[in-house]
Amino acid sequence: MQPESSREKVEKNGEVSAYQATKKQKLSKKRYRSEEKKDMISGYLYIAPFFIIFSLVGLYPALFSIYLGFQKWNGLSPMTFVGLSNFEIVLTDPLFWKSVYNTIVIGIMGTAPQLVFGIIFAFLLNLAFLKFKHFFRVTIFMPYITSMVAVALIFSVLFSDHESSLVNYLLSLAGVDPVNWSSSEWGTKIAISIMVFWRWVGYNTIIYLAGIQSIPNDLYEAAMIDGANKFQQLIYITMPMLKPFIILTVFTSTVGALQLFSEPTVFLGNSAFTRDEAMTIVMYLYRDAFKLQSFGTASATAIILLVMITIFAVINTSLIAGKGRKKRGENA
Amino acid sequence: MSPLEKRKSTPVSKILIYVLLSIVSLFSLFPFYWMFVMATNPSSAYNSIPPTVTPGRLLVDNFMKVIDKIDFFQAMWNSFVVCSIVTIVVLFISSLAGFAFAKFKFRGKNILFMAILLTMIIPPQLGLIPQYFLISKAGLLDTLPGVMILFFLNPLGIFLMRQYISESVPDELIEAAKLDGCSNFKIYRSIVLPIILPAFATLGIIVFSAAWGEFLWQFTVLRDPEQYTIQVALAQLSNTQNVDFGMILSGVFWATIPLLVIFLLFNRLFISSITEGSVK
Repeated sequence: MQPESSREKVEKNGEVSAYQATKKQKLSKKRYRSEEKKDMISGYLYIAPFFIIFSLVGLYPALFSIYLGFQKWNGLSPMTFVGLSNFEIVLTDPLFWKSVYNTIVIGIMGTAPQLVFGIIFAFLLNLAFLKFKHFFRVTIFMPYITSMVAVALIFSVLFSDHESSLVNYLLSLAGVDPVNWSSSEWGTKIAISIMVFWRWVGYNTIIYLAGIQSIPNDLYEAAMIDGANKFQQLIYITMPMLKPFIILTVFTSTVGALQLFSEPTVFLGNSAFTRDEAMTIVMYLYRDAFKLQSFGTASATAIILLVMITIFAVINTSLIAGKGRKKRGENA
Repeated sequence: MSPLEKRKSTPVSKILIYVLLSIVSLFSLFPFYWMFVMATNPSSAYNSIPPTVTPGRLLVDNFMKVIDKIDFFQAMWNSFVVCSIVTIVVLFISSLAGFAFAKFKFRGKNILFMAILLTMIIPPQLGLIPQYFLISKAGLLDTLPGVMILFFLNPLGIFLMRQYISESVPDELIEAAKLDGCSNFKIYRSIVLPIILPAFATLGIIVFSAAWGEFLWQFTVLRDPEQYTIQVALAQLSNTQNVDFGMILSGVFWATIPLLVIFLLFNRLFISSITEGSVK
């Protein structure tokens, strides 16, 4: 109702004298300008909550962390400026380098297979003839909805040191001696990598599946006419077309792998911060801060972690991006 | 390849693919089943060789032990309260900001939007220590609001909402409402909100489940068992000398079941929330 009546008003105004018309125009221009101003105020007002919260609990802590990286502080006594010595302490600590090594090894073992299998699963799930598609999709995705703590606890039972734990029993059937999953160098890493793989492979599959479904069908039809088999289609059409999705998952996996904390912490339980076989960088940071009250070195570790994440993310994603380009060039 | 050859090879490869996918499904489902087996058996079942692989009868007994050790229902309730409030707040903040970015003209809009996206690359561990002291200074240590406040930050939410609002709310509708003298907030409430409800479902799932499963921050802020969320409470189950696997997995089982039921009921929504959250 309302819009119609206002339109009527406008029409009526069209008939009145020229003087009144210009007056009206001026008025509406003024009104328009105030409208614009109102919009601007609303705009700032509506985005303000994010920026207020961000500056308080996001930006300020991040900057303060960088400041804290150059201070010596136990949380109680006043801070003292110590220059770069926190970084020196961390970078010369063998345990820090052990945690870097652990993080990278678990990161590679836990995420690289995920991406490979994710693409294969997505490709299979998209096959035209496949029945029970939805069932397979739901089951493969299901692990992702469990929390990291739940996954770590379930796997801590599956992979317990006891010779009767399910995994050790299965290994014994294959003639392998029981493995100390919670205290050996490779046992811990393998168990944690498997649980990371289990929880995330479905997630990546779903992303790749969305990517595959966005590939136009006529590309496959053309390839089929040229006599390409399913495997060749996967290598020459699906993979190159999936590149943006692969870059996305490589990026998120790289960042996620370097931030690994919950799985090893819960998996190892009591010994999480006292043993070094599966201590990750974030666990090292947490131990420095909340077990040893050495907040300066912990902040220095956080800064080093930030730098590492940036470097690894850039290297890994550009590696993948570059590889795709080369491959396409070869095909041409 | 001749057509004949092709036809001959197809059924075999089809069967192979079904077998492979079934193995993958089994691999995905088995830990869930195993959790149920352990949650219903006495802890002695764990020491038997070969291991017990069938459900037992101690579904309730094991859970009683869980309740003895942690305040399970309180922890579930705490998690539920945290995640619900976080979800509502994030939906509100994101949709309001998304509305502004999609439909209003104001100076510095693009730069501000880029700034929001850039905040996503700050790793959450960078600010952990100052955040802890900030919360402690504010007297929010060991409280649920102390947990929540960090989760209110959700740049992805603003990004998704902007995308959705600019695609699905027509400019004409907003213009018309303005001619009627609607205030901007009234436009948000009575025009934008009803249109973006489906996007709320998607974003809501992303936010709720992320907050539900998050561990590092909750583990850092909450030390008082009364205030434990379910993740922190579950993590305590294995922190004993005499580990009782039946009890541990009973706790995990009962904490996972509600999630699992919700997931199975709304699985399409869950799965599409992942692709929308990350592919856009």
